[in-house]
Amino acid sequence: MGLPVRLFDAVIVGGGGSGMRAALELARADLKVAVLSKVFPTRSHTVAAQGGVAASLGNIDEDNWHWHMYDTVKGSDYLGDQDAIEFMCRKANEVVYELEHLGMPFDRLAGGKIYQRPFGGHMRDYGVSPVPRACAAADRTGHALLHTLYQANLKARTQFFVEWMALDLIRAQDGSVLGVTALEMETGEVMILQAKATVFATGGAGRIFAASTNAFINTGDGLGMAARAGIPLQDLEFWQFHPTGVAGAGVLITEGVRGEGGYLLNKNGERFMERYAPNAKDLASRDVVARAMATEIKEGRGAGKDGDCILLKLDHLGEETISKRLPGIREIAKKFANVDPVKDPIPVVPTCHYQMGGIPTNYHGQVVVPKNGNPESVVPGFYAAGECSCVSVHGANRLGCNSLLDLLVFGKSAGEKVIQDLKQDGKSHRALPNDAGELTLSRLARLDGQKSGERVAEVSADMRRTMQQHCGVFRFPDLLTEGVRKIKDVAERVSRTGISDKSRTFNTARVEALELDNLVETAVASLVSAEARKESRGSHDRADFHQRDDANWMKHTLWFKQGSRLEYKPVHTQPLSVETFEPKARVY
Amino acid sequence: MRFSIYRYNPEADDKPRMQAYDVALEPTDRMLLDALVRIKAHDDTLSFRRSCREGVCGSDAMNINGKNGLACITRIADLREPVQIRPLPGLPVVRDLIVDMSQFFKQYDSVKPYLVNNDPPPEKERLQSPQDREELDGLYECILCACCSTSCPSFWWNPDKFVGPAGLLQAYRFIADTRDQATNERLDNLEDPYRLFRCHSIMNCVDVCPKGLNPTRAIGKIKDLLVKRTV
Repeated sequence: MGLPVRLFDAVIVGGGGSGMRAALELARADLKVAVLSKVFPTRSHTVAAQGGVAASLGNIDEDNWHWHMYDTVKGSDYLGDQDAIEFMCRKANEVVYELEHLGMPFDRLAGGKIYQRPFGGHMRDYGVSPVPRACAAADRTGHALLHTLYQANLKARTQFFVEWMALDLIRAQDGSVLGVTALEMETGEVMILQAKATVFATGGAGRIFAASTNAFINTGDGLGMAARAGIPLQDLEFWQFHPTGVAGAGVLITEGVRGEGGYLLNKNGERFMERYAPNAKDLASRDVVARAMATEIKEGRGAGKDGDCILLKLDHLGEETISKRLPGIREIAKKFANVDPVKDPIPVVPTCHYQMGGIPTNYHGQVVVPKNGNPESVVPGFYAAGECSCVSVHGANRLGCNSLLDLLVFGKSAGEKVIQDLKQDGKSHRALPNDAGELTLSRLARLDGQKSGERVAEVSADMRRTMQQHCGVFRFPDLLTEGVRKIKDVAERVSRTGISDKSRTFNTARVEALELDNLVETAVASLVSAEARKESRGSHDRADFHQRDDANWMKHTLWFKQGSRLEYKPVHTQPLSVETFEPKARVY
Repeated sequence: MRFSIYRYNPEADDKPRMQAYDVALEPTDRMLLDALVRIKAHDDTLSFRRSCREGVCGSDAMNINGKNGLACITRIADLREPVQIRPLPGLPVVRDLIVDMSQFFKQYDSVKPYLVNNDPPPEKERLQSPQDREELDGLYECILCACCSTSCPSFWWNPDKFVGPAGLLQAYRFIADTRDQATNERLDNLEDPYRLFRCHSIMNCVDVCPKGLNPTRAIGKIKDLLVKRTV
């Protein structure tokens, strides 16, 4: 049975920040574009970003892109690619001003310029002291950004396929990408969306962890599709644990709280970050702060009745500042932590937040894989941007506010690259391979035909527990080894799940089962990559190899689903126009 | 805890029914969404939308004990049992708690919810004073959950003609923006017995908005501007 086929110049999978930024670029080029989104676009997870978008506008204090670049390279613990990082930091002002021109309601300074606040790891003069670099709309920057991009796309008449879930990548014999299969959730219909260019903007897979700031929809769909189609996943051992998730609930409390002057306390009321990062203190990099907090808790200085959280104090900022600059935080704290931060500190714990790794790309958004000795051979017709991609600008640890910047810069450059490639070589569609859609049909047939089987909810809970226990802030050799075994078991079980709902109309049980296929690829990749990396770097902290080992490990991991095999490729240490920032000890 | 949940699957049911559930909740289940997710773990046929689970994405709007709200920020402890859960009223039901929101989004689109400024953009940002920016507070925060419009009797009667509180709030968000140059066109677009003037200040919208926004006030300001324009 063949699937119906629809033809487009470009298909963008994902309607979050990077997908809509790419769509906006394509809309200006008179191409036939489809943007697929599992949810109505403004419900994408970009909406939950709070603190700001990084750009060295210098609206408050002197700043420049080279300082931003230095901070990002240092923040990445020297695993970030310096060409891509230079590219991103140099483009930052441009993409932020563009957003303002589109109508983004940034907060303003007295003279009318965009308001900026300090953020973790963003410093003046190559690491000397914090600089206000986070361009903010209160603590709802992601909401303001995502809605602005959606509105701009409405104006540009972008064609959205809302509540469509892409299921599998379609590749030609020579490896080129020819589109995706996709499920229309409302009708249950499946079809092939064939395209000359396929852009993945599917976001992260933060839902592989039990304690996560991520939305339910962050199931790594792009990563799963790529992995099943033979594309490797890069650097997935690097997961960011955000220092301040609400204890127990996981909901994010922005670093902007500390940017505005809030700080962390242990149970003794000690401002412990002064011991771990004497210079930047609470505004050190996220990996550093998360580890410090976990250490305080581990050593018995955690707060709360079970001693398992840290307190985030901000009452001294005063009700006026809190209501003006951090209104969403106050709302969240009241609802999810039962505290009013105007009076009481918020109990927080490090919580899985961001996936530094992803589908390997270059800074044009082209997906690159090893081929014939070239570690970065372009996959024709395939692009990725935003959290699902690994450019890599974040390396082993992302700086706050660099995620919104990443999705703007690389969403845009992926869009530009698609236009350029289609102009050069995009006259007609290629023939689909005979087996296009077969993988998808077999996955769906399995779910439809399965009479019994483990519940999806149970297996996914086991996956999340395994990741949480075996691949957290601190990593131990025995736990990693055992974790690899356990997660491979979970992956086996995923292929035998059963759902009782067999209907076509908005079958969310089926969607969740299909999402689990994607989540588990990411989870296996993460644990296998983490177990193999015998050093500590950025967010990957091993008890048995406690130091960074540049001689042996300053390289990117590539995980292939086939045989769960690993390869490595070099870090780009050569920037585009400036000198290399040589690795050195990372102190804040 | 006891729940009574609206169920309807067009493939299997002739008409909607209420299904009773009695579930043992865990201490970590604090919000209604936690309870729904737990129910779904046992009965995977129960269908509802959800995403951020923190009240910012607007996916899980539903009618809870008679009042529209977001499941993810509705505390279980505050709910009377059995908790009656129905889809948002006034929109066609696709399945269970999932409604067809096309009409709602069509009205949102109809106000041209994007900045119109025909001047060539400056090299840097357009300047806007903090006071002018403050005019957008209480407007730009809308998450398009549709709690307001689907609690509005005027929207129930005329969903194709009355823009509804969510759309009108966004119309005013751009009217109020000093960077926008299309105020006159925006007012023209609303000067109509139905589009704007079906609002009778019943204020259900204000009562249910999970973000604490006030569409009625924004609608009042649009009406004021129309009056000012004619005198």
